[in-house]
Order: sequence, then C-alpha cells, then structure tokens
Amino acid sequence: MTWSGLLETSLPKFGQIGAVIAIFFGFYALAFAAGARIQGKRQNGWALALFLVPGIALAMIGLGIPAFQTFIESFKSADSSQWVGFGNYIKAVKDPDLRLAFYNTMSWVIIGPIAVTALGLALATMLNKMKREALAKSLIFMPMAISFVGGSLIWKLMYQYQEPDANQTGLVGQIMKSLGIPLQHLLLWAPWNNLFLIAVYVWSSTGFAMVILSAAIKNIPQDIEEAASLDGASGIRLFRTVTVPMVKTTIIVVLTTSMVGTLKLFDVVRTMTGGNFKTDVLSNRMFDEHFVYFNNGRGSTLAMFIFLGVLPIIIYNIRSLRAERQH
Amino acid sequence: MAKTLNPNKPLVAHHNRPFTSPIASMIVSVIALVWTIPTMGLVITSFRDKESILSTGWWTSFTNPSFTLANYREVLFTGGGALGSQGMIPFAVNSLAITIPAVVLSVGFGLMAAYALAWIPFRFSDHVFYGLFALQGVPLQLSLLPLLTFFASGVQLFGHQIIPPLGIVGTLTAVWFPHVMFGMPLVVYLLHNFVSALPRELMEAARVDGANHFEVFRRIVLPLSLPAIASIAIFQFLWIWNDLLVGLVFAGGTDDVAPLTLHLSNLGGTFGSKWENLAPAALFSIIIPLIVFFSLQRYFVRGLLAGSVKA
Repeated sequence: MTWSGLLETSLPKFGQIGAVIAIFFGFYALAFAAGARIQGKRQNGWALALFLVPGIALAMIGLGIPAFQTFIESFKSADSSQWVGFGNYIKAVKDPDLRLAFYNTMSWVIIGPIAVTALGLALATMLNKMKREALAKSLIFMPMAISFVGGSLIWKLMYQYQEPDANQTGLVGQIMKSLGIPLQHLLLWAPWNNLFLIAVYVWSSTGFAMVILSAAIKNIPQDIEEAASLDGASGIRLFRTVTVPMVKTTIIVVLTTSMVGTLKLFDVVRTMTGGNFKTDVLSNRMFDEHFVYFNNGRGSTLAMFIFLGVLPIIIYNIRSLRAERQH
Repeated sequence: MAKTLNPNKPLVAHHNRPFTSPIASMIVSVIALVWTIPTMGLVITSFRDKESILSTGWWTSFTNPSFTLANYREVLFTGGGALGSQGMIPFAVNSLAITIPAVVLSVGFGLMAAYALAWIPFRFSDHVFYGLFALQGVPLQLSLLPLLTFFASGVQLFGHQIIPPLGIVGTLTAVWFPHVMFGMPLVVYLLHNFVSALPRELMEAARVDGANHFEVFRRIVLPLSLPAIASIAIFQFLWIWNDLLVGLVFAGGTDDVAPLTLHLSNLGGTFGSKWENLAPAALFSIIIPLIVFFSLQRYFVRGLLAGSVKA
C-alpha cells in the first residue's frame, strides 16, 4: 500500500468524521441560539424536544424496539415465515450442541465472576497495606484497556503447543514441561479448555474489580478498623469481620456486573476457538445461528436466553435504584 | 448497583494507613508481575524474526537477544505475509472513523438527555428514567439482527414501506451509529448521576436572572460537567475501540470499513500461527487504547467507579 493510496482512502473517512461532528455541533449551535430567546412556559417543551427526544429515540430505535422484535422472532421458524410457538425453545433445550453451549455459559457465569471478585478483593485488601501501590495497581489494571481480541491473542501465544521433545514456544507449556507435567494442547483439551478461556477474562477483568473494591475499602472509616484492631482483630479476622461487611454492596456490584459481562461474552471464545473443541457459549452460538446458518428463529431464541439470564439482575438493579432514590 | 459515588467528593479518602505489611506488598508485586508477563511476551515476540519465533520461546531472548524491526515494517507499511496487501494502518483509520463520531454523539446526546431528566420537570420524567435504566441491562445481542434488517430494508408494515432502506449498509455510518444507540442508556445514566448532583441553588439563581434551559445548559451545566464528560468519553472510547461484536455484524464482510479488532480477529483465526505478523499487529491495535489509558488513567478510573453498574 502506497502513501498516496493510503491518503486517498483515508481522507474521505476523516472527512466523514469532520462532517458528522460539524453537523452535530452546527445544528445544536443554531438550536441553542434560537432557544435562548424562548421565554416562559413554552421553553420546557422546546428544551425537551431538543434535549431528551433524540436520546430516547436513539435508545428505542437501537435497543427497545429491536429487543421486542427479537422476542417476537423467537416464536417463528428459521426464515421467520411461520409461527412455531415455543418450538425453538423446546428444540434449544433438547439439542446437544446447544446444551453444551448452555453448560459452558453457566461455567463462565459462575467461575468467572467469583474468580474476578475474589482476586480483586484480595488484591484490594493487600494494596491497602502497601506503601507504594500505584505501579502494581496500574500493571494489574492495564489489561482492562486491551481489547478481548488482543487479550485472546496474547494468551494464545502463552498457550502455544509444541511436541514434548521440541523446544516449547508457549510459556505455559514450558512451565509444565519444567515441572514434569505431561504437555497438553491446552485449547483442544476439553472440558478444561473452557477454564483456559475463562482465564483470559479473569486476567482482563480483575483490575476492574480491584480498582472498585480498593476505592470502597479506602472509604471505610479508619476508626472502625482501629476499634476492631484494638479489640484484637487482625489479619484474616479483621478482613472477615470488618472489611467484607463494610464493602458488601460494592462486592455485589462487582459480582453482578461481572455476571452480566460473562453471560454476554463473545470476543474471547470467537477469537480463541471460534466455539470449536467444545467451548461454544450462548453468545457465540447465537451469532452463528443468525449469521452463519441463517436460522433467525433459533438465533433469536438464544438471544432471549441471554436476556432471561440478565433479567433478574436488571430487576434487582431497578429495585435498588428505586430504594436509593426514595431516600 | 446500590451506592453510586458522589462525583463532587474526592473518590479516595486519603488517610495514613497504619497497617502496612511486607508480605502483602510481596504478594501484590508477584501478581502484578504475573499479570504483566503475557503482554511482555507479545511485545518481545513482535520484535523477533520468524525463525526464532518458530524454534524457541520468547523468553530465550533475554539470554540470546536478537531483534528486528522487519515485522513492524510489514505491519505498518508494506503489508505482506498474513496481513494482506495493506498492512494495518487502513484499519486503524476505520477504527478512528468509527470511534470518534460514536463517542462525540453519544456523549453529546447523552448529556442533554441527562440534563432534561434531572432538571426539566415533566409528567413522566421518572418513568422515562427507569425505562432507560432498564434498557441499559438489555444485552445488545437482542438487537443485532433487527437493527441490521432495519438498516438494510427500512420498515414495512402490512406490505407498505413506511421507512425506506437507510442505504448505509457497508458504510462507516452503519458501524458507528449502532454504537451511539447502544451506548445511550449507560451514558445518560452516568451523566445523570453527575448532573443531578449539581447544586440546586446555582440553577435557581440562573433561572432568577432570566436564563432559560438552553442558557443554563450552555453556561452552567456544560462547563461544570467537563470532568464527567472526560471520564465517560474515555470509557466510551475504550469500549467502542475494543468492540468486536458490533463491528463483526455491522461492518459486514467489507475490509473497507472493518475496525482493527475485527481484522485482528480474522488474522488470528486464519493465520493463527504467523506470530511474526500477528504479534506486531496485535500490539499496534492495543497501543492507542494503552496510551489513552496510561495518560488519562485518573479520569478513566473515575468513569469506571461511576460506571460500576455497566451491564
């Protein structure tokens, strides 16, 4: 690719960025100039139309209406031509491949969030006892900025397999070899390969849990800790009787956020195994049903399963939001 | 969900910590090292030549250093190997052309909607707010196919074309526009947390002086919200830059608008063992978010703390 060729294809794209931003700011500059003259009761209506309506419309067109359509589609046949009632749901529960995707998703949702939260909490507690925490914190947090695609490749390199008598090129293989553990093709080794995929998620998300829990721990009033330690609590006991109860709500936030994240997780499985070798999960399978097998009914049904998994958490969140706003 | 942090207070209460423990410091340092090693492996691999990558592990480079920039020449300039004829730069341009409009528009519309929900009284204000909050939990998986169909064939009702096809399939707009829509519930919610906590007296004083909503927004809310805008913009930037699913669905099979992550994921699938190309390509794709992350970490953490409800 030549520089002039690159310039030729890129300039229109940068032009588009500029145009979109110019239109947005241009329109609102005019709207604000005009809006500033409106006085009295009429201004509420105008302000709502210009401030709120676009945002709500975007959310409805992008999420609300399509989600409802998917709900309807899940009761239709592969090409959406006939109604099949709960046919897709029943088939989905019976199909062995989909069952596997189910079970795998369940192990993701259980193992991932617990590992992330436990590690994050342990790290946050220990960070609180460190003098210079900034560097360590940054390093553990860093994978958060790396895409799951990038992270997956990073770990694919770690998991590389070579014949036992050859030089190992994957670090995990090398460590197993030096410890005398029989070498395995880690990404093909069902069902344990699921764990190696989950490890990528844990590596990527622990920093998030750590940072949030660390902020919560630092907000624990110091006198409470002091009082407890005067009473003779220290180490594990202090952790169990003071730290954990004091940051309980934050732990729940981290746990539920992480559960929703793993339920929807797609990139890691897609990039590392493509759902092969018995590592398929709902989200990846849904994509394949829609865009590889063109079975809309079944793809929509799987999307609904993901939604049903998230639903309790949505309800819980709305309830706690209401409780909080009532104060 | 529960507690949201008050944005007007410092996030971390600084106090002297009486309990410091060398064991804790040691364990944390070891974990930090373990967390860094995989990325370091990728960095080192990206500078090794093809033969060494195939025959030895990257860690042997510590004792036998021999590095090359040839891999990066291919990735950035000449293409070749697994990279196709173009190298990675055109895909980085696509990623920028998707991410920047999506961030600007979602934060822009989001801030205005947040102000409306917080400070303009109207009848169903609460219902709208809760509805939006509930949408935040809806997995975007549910909307992929219907939205794609909407872009491709518009809306038909009882055999009549109500809305014509948008004609954006295969363009960059088809990729960044969904990001704006998908991001809306969370952005509005986070900014609402901030905007609704602005002091009431300030707003009322301005209203007494005759300022209407447009002026209050422009003169008071916008300038005061800059820190919140910064952190949420960074948050959105990383989120959108790192996305794979939306790119995969809405960029279709066209390299012309494919973001970096999509191209990289394809390379990893098709040329899974060509590390002399994959490693520098992967590093190239994560370098911009890493720069954003390290230079703006404080803001990012703030956004994350406020956004710890991201669903």
